[in-house]
Amino acid sequence: MTDEAPDRISKLGLHPHELCEILRRMLRIRIFEERVYEMIQTGEISGGHLAIGQEATIVGACMALRGGDYMTGNHRSHGHPIGKGAPLAPLMAELLGKTSGVCRGKGGTMHLAAFSHGSLGESGIVGSLMPIAVGAALSARLRGTDQVCLCFFGDGAANCGPFHESVNLAAIWKLPVIFLCENNGYAMFTSQAQTTPIADIANRAAAYNIPGTVVDGQDVLAVHSIVSDAVARARSGGGPTLVEAKTYRYSEHSDSAGERIPPYRPAAEMVYWRARDPIVIFSRWLRDMLNFTEDQVSAIQAETRAEVEEAVAFAIRSPVPDPNELLTDLFV
Amino acid sequence: MSQITYLEAALQAIREEMRTNPRVFVMGEDIQSGVFGDFGFNEFGGARVRNTPISEAAFVGAGIGAALTGMRPVVDLQCSTFLYSAMDQVANQAAKIRYMFGGQSNIPLVIRAAVFYGVSAAAHHSDRPWGLFAQVPGLTIIVPTTPHDAKGLIKSAIRGGNPVLCLEELSLRRQYGEVPDHDYTVPIGSAEVKCAGTDLTIVAVASAVHTSLAAAHMLTDDGISAEVIDIRTVVPMDRQTICKSVAKTGRLIVVDPAPGTCSVASEVSATVAEASFVRLRGPIIRLTAPDVPVPFSRDLECLMYPTADKIVAAGRRLCRQRIAATG
Repeated sequence: MTDEAPDRISKLGLHPHELCEILRRMLRIRIFEERVYEMIQTGEISGGHLAIGQEATIVGACMALRGGDYMTGNHRSHGHPIGKGAPLAPLMAELLGKTSGVCRGKGGTMHLAAFSHGSLGESGIVGSLMPIAVGAALSARLRGTDQVCLCFFGDGAANCGPFHESVNLAAIWKLPVIFLCENNGYAMFTSQAQTTPIADIANRAAAYNIPGTVVDGQDVLAVHSIVSDAVARARSGGGPTLVEAKTYRYSEHSDSAGERIPPYRPAAEMVYWRARDPIVIFSRWLRDMLNFTEDQVSAIQAETRAEVEEAVAFAIRSPVPDPNELLTDLFV
Repeated sequence: MSQITYLEAALQAIREEMRTNPRVFVMGEDIQSGVFGDFGFNEFGGARVRNTPISEAAFVGAGIGAALTGMRPVVDLQCSTFLYSAMDQVANQAAKIRYMFGGQSNIPLVIRAAVFYGVSAAAHHSDRPWGLFAQVPGLTIIVPTTPHDAKGLIKSAIRGGNPVLCLEELSLRRQYGEVPDHDYTVPIGSAEVKCAGTDLTIVAVASAVHTSLAAAHMLTDDGISAEVIDIRTVVPMDRQTICKSVAKTGRLIVVDPAPGTCSVASEVSATVAEASFVRLRGPIIRLTAPDVPVPFSRDLECLMYPTADKIVAAGRRLCRQRIAATG
């Protein structure tokens, strides 16, 4: 451990076990998604929008929350509930459409939700859960709790009406929402430059008179720090914050077996971002600052891999939904 | 019993539920001042009576988010066509979330919207979208026609656990009627036989119920005894009450002021054709609006909707067929 390490770590406000948990959750997302990719190739899973490359943004933000806080996501959906701490097996079972799935097989890849962990759902419609995040925050305020809601959205959603309506509504009512833009530079196959007249979506915060901050989305501790400030502000009645994390997805917009997408991202760009892998960056930091050994990192990796395999085995051996499930869960 | 307007009955339902349950709150455009007159929400304060910006998607969605996390919001959309500005939140989110997430949470959300028509309000304010939203599984749709039912159905909606779309016809909101002074509810999913008859069943929705009652009265001059049924709840529809009536009368007219294609009138007709075909003594007649937007000119708009005269003519036609058939 370097001389200045204890000071830097104490400034983070994170215990060593929390730092391990951050690594563990990032690895959970990475290994879960790699396994999902394999299963898409074999046809066991029909498709999905993978979060590989964006782990630091998700985990850094989620780890700034308490268990009882709320979170909403989007179509790139697997990482968010994992980041929020939901167990892997019911998530994997959901991707296989099994009755043991977190949504009993009715939601699937784009509509994961784990209410027991504050995950209020993911959505196949871009921008659509932003108003719902505002409502969860309003509910917390009206019930007199200090819960906050973390609202993930992408750079594409920043051009949807509900983005503007939601940020405005949260701002005028000073609601405890953290609007977290996972800016991976592309709305499907179209670059941000083609769709958005500003480089930093965080600048749009000014239009709603709330703070807006850009953060390196590949640096999990930087994300954690910025989002922690936003959470503290929200909890204490200061209102919403817009945080924009610059990140990158390694995979295609969606991975479906047989999909053929013409190249739309420069090769050099992909090389640049892969050299800034969030898990590599954080593992290196743990070695440099906490004297983590390669063996310790490998051990967490191996444990996580085993956890993912258990989730896959659970999902595969789970029964498909009973036919009468077709008509249940619609109404109370 | 008290004589109050339909609108006052609806507001009483909300105010009474707000007094007994702190989880109930209201929001919408101009809700504090009341765009149709004082809504009488002052006693509850600004936290539970929330004026919203003109952001239908945001405040309908906020209602969903609040409902998912323990509140019982009543969202006021002012005019039913404004629902289209929040279509994703209504049709994709409120309606589907409970099913899509495997029943992890209830959505006790009430969305109220006034239905304007027949008042020269033109196309953008005059839709009657009960049939349109009935195509969205997951939405409960109530269309009260009296002060008594408005209060009772809205109370049921607020106390329930499902997203409910309450469509309140503007012309009915001004009408007076008797409302019990004690607490009561009207169950969602039950139609009401408004007047009993033996020759002909008239099933109606919204203010067409009152038009149909007038027509039934006129038909007595011809010796025709018409039974009038108020659907009250479009989803879930009380098919049993409708089929039971047709089993008795053998004749059906469905009166729906909305465009006819894929309408509530179509659904009622198909239900009876499937379940009670052998009981029918003549063709089912649908009296609906034509499939056009509502024109501004009163002279054009008044041609659109089923009138008592049109219902009477249809009733006579059906019963003449009976006479011819039986010789």
